[in-house]
Amino acid sequence: MKWSVFIAKNFGRMVLLVICVSIVTFWLMKLSPVDPLQANVGQVALGSMSQEQIEKLEDYWGVDEPPVQQYLGWAKDFIRGDMGTSLVYRQPVTEVIGEKLSNSLILMAAAWILSGILGFVMGVVAGMNQGKAIDKVIKGYCLLISSTPAFWLAMLLLMIFGVWLKIFPIGLSVPIGVEAEGVTIADRIYHAFLPALTLSITGVSNIALHTREKMIDICGSDFMLFARMRGEKGFRLFQYYGFRNVLLPGITLHFASISEIFGGSVLVEQVFSYPGLGQAAVNAGLGSDMPLLMAITIVSALFVFGGNLIANILYGVVDPRIRKGGAVK
Amino acid sequence: MEKHMRKGTPVLKIEHMNIRFTQYDRGLHQRELPVIRDLDVEVYAGEMVAIVGSSGSGKSLLAHGVMGVLPYNASMGGTITYCGEPLDKKRLDKLRGTEIVMVPQSISFLNPLMKIGPQIRKGSKDPEKKGKLRNIFKRYELKEEVEDLYPFELSGGMNRRVLISTAMIENPKLVIADEPTPGLDLKVAKRAMTHFRELADMGAGVLVITHDLKLALEVADRIVVFYAGTTIEEADCADFKQEETLRHPYTKALWRAMPEHGFQYIPGSQPYVKNLPKGCPFGPRCSQCTDECRGEVPYRRFQGGMVRCLHAAETEVSE
Amino acid sequence: MKRWNRRQRVLAGLILSVTFLAVVCIAGSLCTQQALTTDLSQKNIAPGAEHIFGTDWLGRDMLMRTLKGLSLSILIGILAAAVSAVIALVLGVASATLGKTVDSVITFVIDLVMGIPHMLLLILISVAMGKGLTGVIVGVALSHWPSLARLIRAEVIQLKESPYIQISERLGKSKWYIVKKHMLPHLLPQFIVGLILLFPHAILHESSITFLGFGLSTEQPAIGIVLSESMQYLAMGRWWLALFPGIFLVATVAVFYVMGQSVRKLIDPGSVHE
Repeated sequence: MKWSVFIAKNFGRMVLLVICVSIVTFWLMKLSPVDPLQANVGQVALGSMSQEQIEKLEDYWGVDEPPVQQYLGWAKDFIRGDMGTSLVYRQPVTEVIGEKLSNSLILMAAAWILSGILGFVMGVVAGMNQGKAIDKVIKGYCLLISSTPAFWLAMLLLMIFGVWLKIFPIGLSVPIGVEAEGVTIADRIYHAFLPALTLSITGVSNIALHTREKMIDICGSDFMLFARMRGEKGFRLFQYYGFRNVLLPGITLHFASISEIFGGSVLVEQVFSYPGLGQAAVNAGLGSDMPLLMAITIVSALFVFGGNLIANILYGVVDPRIRKGGAVK
Repeated sequence: MEKHMRKGTPVLKIEHMNIRFTQYDRGLHQRELPVIRDLDVEVYAGEMVAIVGSSGSGKSLLAHGVMGVLPYNASMGGTITYCGEPLDKKRLDKLRGTEIVMVPQSISFLNPLMKIGPQIRKGSKDPEKKGKLRNIFKRYELKEEVEDLYPFELSGGMNRRVLISTAMIENPKLVIADEPTPGLDLKVAKRAMTHFRELADMGAGVLVITHDLKLALEVADRIVVFYAGTTIEEADCADFKQEETLRHPYTKALWRAMPEHGFQYIPGSQPYVKNLPKGCPFGPRCSQCTDECRGEVPYRRFQGGMVRCLHAAETEVSE
Repeated sequence: MKRWNRRQRVLAGLILSVTFLAVVCIAGSLCTQQALTTDLSQKNIAPGAEHIFGTDWLGRDMLMRTLKGLSLSILIGILAAAVSAVIALVLGVASATLGKTVDSVITFVIDLVMGIPHMLLLILISVAMGKGLTGVIVGVALSHWPSLARLIRAEVIQLKESPYIQISERLGKSKWYIVKKHMLPHLLPQFIVGLILLFPHAILHESSITFLGFGLSTEQPAIGIVLSESMQYLAMGRWWLALFPGIFLVATVAVFYVMGQSVRKLIDPGSVHE
């Protein structure tokens, strides 16, 4: 298969998937017994909206029109860049998303990179030493971490570092009462540290366990056996034989698992009251803020599918067996 | 070129090798599976010995045992001597991959993500090694560009030559080849075997593990017949010229099964390790089996070779 | 004493795990009343001899609340995971056997569901169902099947293409015979292990979604709610409100994981060599 075709196909599928996600989400929103307008009547939000905005809201979420038309109307505006008005935040959804997403991205990017590197190293070490003490320790750690809900780990860290040791703030991405311009990068890092740490810790176990499995497969493979028979041992075994073979599946998996870090951020941001996309999702859900919820779902789906797309492409670019058009045996 | 070559100490001497696996039976009980029970073989410098046994008789494990890479649930007994001294773990660690090399059976034993050249050189950038590889490639009529290919890009004909290059690049005194001709057509298989013959002629001891008796007879000096986990006969290739000079009933049956000797079918099948008969493993299929065969049957010297049969003498008289 | 071999140790661990879960569930269902009883004279007591997990701001015993919450969460988790597993089985098998069109539709749906982060999907479904117990169960059931369905699909396809089944077909064996003799013995262990390994996920997500405030009401003190309530008292230093229920939750989930792995080790034919 040619490169351009491969990417075009994958990209096309991704667009189709995103459209379907938006349809499903819209349908789920319509299913909801709560009428967002009714739920938010008398709220300040509605009061501060222009007549035009309220009409639009009625168009999409009211009961007058058939759902298909409502969806199409919503989609048309969405593509034009008008995502509607958030009922909870009393702002255009585009603005809310922009602000929250930038907050969340720092958090998720840091956690994603950190957990990726850490998890990979742990997985490799465990896999190369299968059955030994270090493997058992890493496996045990992973079991413990995957059994720990992200929100409780967040609470635990908050108790230790925030309440007890008082090293880190209890919440928010920036100091309270400081103007947006006065917020320094140091402030941001300081406030994002604990949430990012929580996300990293939870993210490690998945990648570590998968890398470990892969590494064990590789260690049991014919070519590893032969390498050992040729006198290769210790780190050289990893350097020349293990590394290349485990790196690709590791990276691929990590790109394909962006959805987990997204899910984790919902919980972690809630505990640390970190004003990111995850917290916005919870608020939108609790406040029946349909426009915002729709937008968040689509944005996160874009990230997830984007990750999958990158994973697929990477797989094709790095692996010579696919790059050179051979069949993978 | 037979017996005079076998002077001095053998390069490799394996005595009473046995390899067992621990396995779970039904439920919670563990049992041991003796895949190799009693294997004896000697290889001298400049000599090519073929261990012949049918597929699935566990003979590949022999190579893994000698190279010290058995799976974790296997254990090995017996003694292995290399150049007169026991081949313990420490010594093996030093010699493996340099003096003692193994040639695997297929391309799947090469790292799929490493180019051929660096892979054969084990990543070494030493110009001397590079030069040596170039010479080897010339000898095997492989183009220099092959060095830049990945294993999956090799054609079937190149595979064998690339694999044997991994042995040639070292200075081996002992070469073990595990099933070097799987599924190859006769011409390619023969050529692969001649490559090993060349290694022996250059002074190395070569041990070929194969299921192909006919092919082994064409290039090897001696044949060791392996049956149900034990070596049952050791014979010079010349002994295979006629049935009478062979020692063990199974070997004779093998001989009769060869196309040019009548293609005779051997009734029964090799017993699985889980339900081995007592005493001689060939007993149930043997026409000369007697009560004594159910007891211990020693591996003994007999007419210049070895045999594990109580009736070896009788058979010769009777036929 | 004879040293136990691996399978025996695994079996012993399995029995212990089941016992632990059974005790939590039974104790939890027996103490519904105690878990809700308030006693203001006993409020905010740190862990001690009388209340080993301490009491909360209404004087409710935290041990009782933990047990009650866990048993509720385990039951909801098991129910939702079981529904999820059935969906996975039906769609996985359908995808592998009913032809190309069905396969591509189901694969697409799997990708679709996996495209929405778990927690977000749970929020969406919870909103769609109106917040409440049903929303939680339906949400967990609808969001957990894709990975197992994928596994079953791959397994069935592999089985279908395996030589011994194709030979069996050519020998004229009936479909039912092939399914019974060749397919089920392979699929069933996979399915059971997959099902057990869905439990911990389901419980984790159930507790997470209730923690966020979707789902159960305070009259049904699922573990997520217990922990969510304790959030407000974190800053006041009432660590025991969050610590013990959390540890028990982690332990419960871990026990389920261990169970899944143990069962896999016991019924996987490949494990005979260990």
